[in-house]
Amino acid sequence: MEQAPADRERLPQPAPLEPLGRRAAGLESVAGAEAERARDEGPGDGMMTENNFWLKKIEISVSEAEKRTGRNAMNMQETYTAYLIETRSVEHIDGQSVLTDSLWRRYSEFELLRNYLLVYYPHIVVPPLPEKRAEFVWHKLSADNMDPDFVERRRIGLENFLLRVASHPILCRDKIFYLFLTQEGNWKETVNETGFQLKADSRLKALNATFRVKNPDNSVIRRHFRSPLHTEVGGIRDGEGSECCRGDLRNDQRATGKWRFTELKHYSDELQSVISHLLRVRARVADRLYGVYKVHGNYGRVFSEWSAIEKEMGDGLQSAGHHMDVYASSIDDILEDEEHYADQLKEYLFYAEALRAVCRKHELTQYDLEMAAQDLASKKQQCEELATGTVRTFSLKGMTTKLFGQETPEQREARIKVLEEQINEGEQQLKSKNLEGREFVKNAWADIERFKEQKNRDLKEALISYAIMQISMCKKGIQVWTNAKECFSKM
Amino acid sequence: MGTLGGAGLAAAACGARTLGMEGERRASQARSSGLPAGGAGGESPGGDAPLPGSSGSSALLQAEVLDLDEDEDDLEVFSKDASLMDMNSFSPMMPTSPLSMINQVKFEDEPDLKDLFITVDEPESHVTTIETFITYRIITKTSRGEFDSSEFEVRRRYQDFLWLKEKLEEAHPTLIIPPLPEKFIVKGMVERFNDDFIETRRKALHKFLNRIADHPTLTFNEDFKVFLTAQAWELSSHKKQGPGLFSRMGQTVRAVALSMRGVKSRPEEFMEMNNFIEIFSQKINLIDKISQRIYKEQREYLDEMKEYGPIHILWSASEEDLVDSLKGVASCLDKCCKTTEERMSGLSEALLPVIHEYVLYSEMLMGVMKRRDQIQAELDSKVEALTSKKADTDLLTEEIGKLEDKVECANNALKADWERWKQNMQNDIKSAFTNMAEENIHYYEQCLATWESFLTSQTDLHLEEDSEDKL
Repeated sequence: MEQAPADRERLPQPAPLEPLGRRAAGLESVAGAEAERARDEGPGDGMMTENNFWLKKIEISVSEAEKRTGRNAMNMQETYTAYLIETRSVEHIDGQSVLTDSLWRRYSEFELLRNYLLVYYPHIVVPPLPEKRAEFVWHKLSADNMDPDFVERRRIGLENFLLRVASHPILCRDKIFYLFLTQEGNWKETVNETGFQLKADSRLKALNATFRVKNPDNSVIRRHFRSPLHTEVGGIRDGEGSECCRGDLRNDQRATGKWRFTELKHYSDELQSVISHLLRVRARVADRLYGVYKVHGNYGRVFSEWSAIEKEMGDGLQSAGHHMDVYASSIDDILEDEEHYADQLKEYLFYAEALRAVCRKHELTQYDLEMAAQDLASKKQQCEELATGTVRTFSLKGMTTKLFGQETPEQREARIKVLEEQINEGEQQLKSKNLEGREFVKNAWADIERFKEQKNRDLKEALISYAIMQISMCKKGIQVWTNAKECFSKM
Repeated sequence: MGTLGGAGLAAAACGARTLGMEGERRASQARSSGLPAGGAGGESPGGDAPLPGSSGSSALLQAEVLDLDEDEDDLEVFSKDASLMDMNSFSPMMPTSPLSMINQVKFEDEPDLKDLFITVDEPESHVTTIETFITYRIITKTSRGEFDSSEFEVRRRYQDFLWLKEKLEEAHPTLIIPPLPEKFIVKGMVERFNDDFIETRRKALHKFLNRIADHPTLTFNEDFKVFLTAQAWELSSHKKQGPGLFSRMGQTVRAVALSMRGVKSRPEEFMEMNNFIEIFSQKINLIDKISQRIYKEQREYLDEMKEYGPIHILWSASEEDLVDSLKGVASCLDKCCKTTEERMSGLSEALLPVIHEYVLYSEMLMGVMKRRDQIQAELDSKVEALTSKKADTDLLTEEIGKLEDKVECANNALKADWERWKQNMQNDIKSAFTNMAEENIHYYEQCLATWESFLTSQTDLHLEEDSEDKL
């Protein structure tokens, strides 16, 4: 595992891992139901250029959950749930799978993995984890983290997370991820040793970070002028400003890139807002539906009691009552299935956050770039002033020279030299920053496109599965009420 | 005609025990007790009206047609009659829901059975200096001879209905009088007379009058006739006839005194009946509550569902590739909303009013039991008096004789009416619940069709897209 270079300005290079194989996706989950969703197509062609040590298919599953007690960092007793992760490799020929690794992890370790991935792959839309606490609950569902239903749904969610990472063309190659699946003890230390927390830009975490990026999207350009040549933008307004900077502003591709990110940010906000609204309403609808079904159960009891005093009607009442009970209890399964649907939507609710993280990283990159450009520009200006002796802008130095006398030509020369050095350095840095920026945009956009297609596929499938659920519910209803009707008509 | 035949049988049942059918009818006319129109309880102070003349021959006709010879068969036929008579209100003027149309069709098989058609409609608000009240228009169409005309239109208010019910109870203490809708429903009512309340009441009043019209005995009650035909001033003057306040009070006091004594021994069949009534009352009340609750839950479900579809539309605005799917889901949800509304209205028409009427019936039945018990208690007390006091034995014996007849009459009337009532109840409950099941089946079938067509459209698209990719 290689250390990333200390220079935080450069995109940190995570250790390339022997790839897990072409179709890490399509992995079967031992638990079953959620496997449908994970059926991504494999990483695109041409991604696997490194050594292919692992030519076999890999199956990953989170197969069990267990309550544990232990001591936490402060040596206090705590209860938590541990999840069993099993990795199997599938031989090509006969499709048999062999268990290669199995270890236990808790939720906090998943979080650690994800935070690591966020830092080392800022241009990737990193798959989200299932929610930490139960939200959007309707009354029957418990908000308790230890509730077995919640734990079960979380197990499925964690498995899904691993499958998503494993099927991502870039993420799947990460060594830390590989170790997560294979190295039980010491994994935490290994992750921390990467020093990723230091690399993490604390500004990314700032929730209300609005970096005054003067040039956020060149939307002015795009809207009104659509000309890459126009330079009347933001604060970078100086006649002899940095060549480097202006040249890049003229770059059309770059301008569109910036614009796209703002759009993306708006999109992710909308996505988050609409999905959470939908989930809230869904929970309320589920609540009400539950009520309708369950009250019918009371008919069962009363019919049965009533049938005791009826001679002719008795049988009919009794058997009808039974069907009312069946009807009332059928809602439990129906709503449990719907809960899985809600989880699918929730995943994309959290994905919106991941999208925003990429946008924010882009913003920061832009901000740093502009700061560097500004800095360079002002240095150049200073240099020029010193050289020509004209003072165009107010400077403290200028003031002091006026007050306390001019400096000697030697002093001035020295200063100019220093500045020139700094300017050179600055120009180099700016160049490389620009390059990085463009790399970032290119890579991020590639992943975003990939994400979009995945999202469209998944959501469409989810909507279809919702329709299927409704159909099944209707069929059950028809059957129960047809039976009940028969009983009633025999009364 | 069915109703008249039935009336004749009722008279037969409670009149002389040994006489044959035809003779019975004539003989019972003369008696103060056992008059079908006048009432089976001999002590009714007023309303002993002469029997309608034309009924005699038709009763004979009925008897011939049905070929009766035994008392028991009378009861069989009696109940057969009842089952032929449709208890769901038939009215030529009422807008009928599809469900009640089914019942109408059944009815029209024997159009000549019914000769009295009543409708209750057009509620109108009246404001006077003292009060505000609602009147309902009542239209009666009839071919009966004892009515002066074939069509009548009057306006009545709830108070008038109450008066009618009380008169019927007085005249026939052990017959099962149809229930009136409640005076007012306190729970959940903001305004005393909101539209829903008025409509529900109107329907119930309509049912009330039609049930009376269908009842073999009650249909010939004189007060009933007056109610249907008299103009407002005629009705008030008619109301003023009959026992004054004091005598009625006296009756109540005596009744209370008797009920305090308790019934020494109720005959077996009435013990059973009482037991049934108690349990039935419990259960029907529960069912009423359950049904109302289901309605309420469905309403709340509908309210939430109404928001569900539009969110998908909102979402589709930011997803270009998912527009079809999202809009499709939204449209399915909206259609399901409409279907839910239909289901609810079906429930409120077919099930809720029927169940509620039987809740009121169960209260009515308890009253009937009480009254029967009172009549028996009267006899019992006189018998006790006879055994204890030696004075006035002759008088007492005569009184006892009369009371024994009265008790027998009351018991027989109740027994007969009880069978009839039970049969009707079974039919009504059966059809109410069958309708409810049908409504639900219809609801699910509609929703199923909606979702299936959405699914087809999506999977077709899938196939289209796939084949496009392959090209």
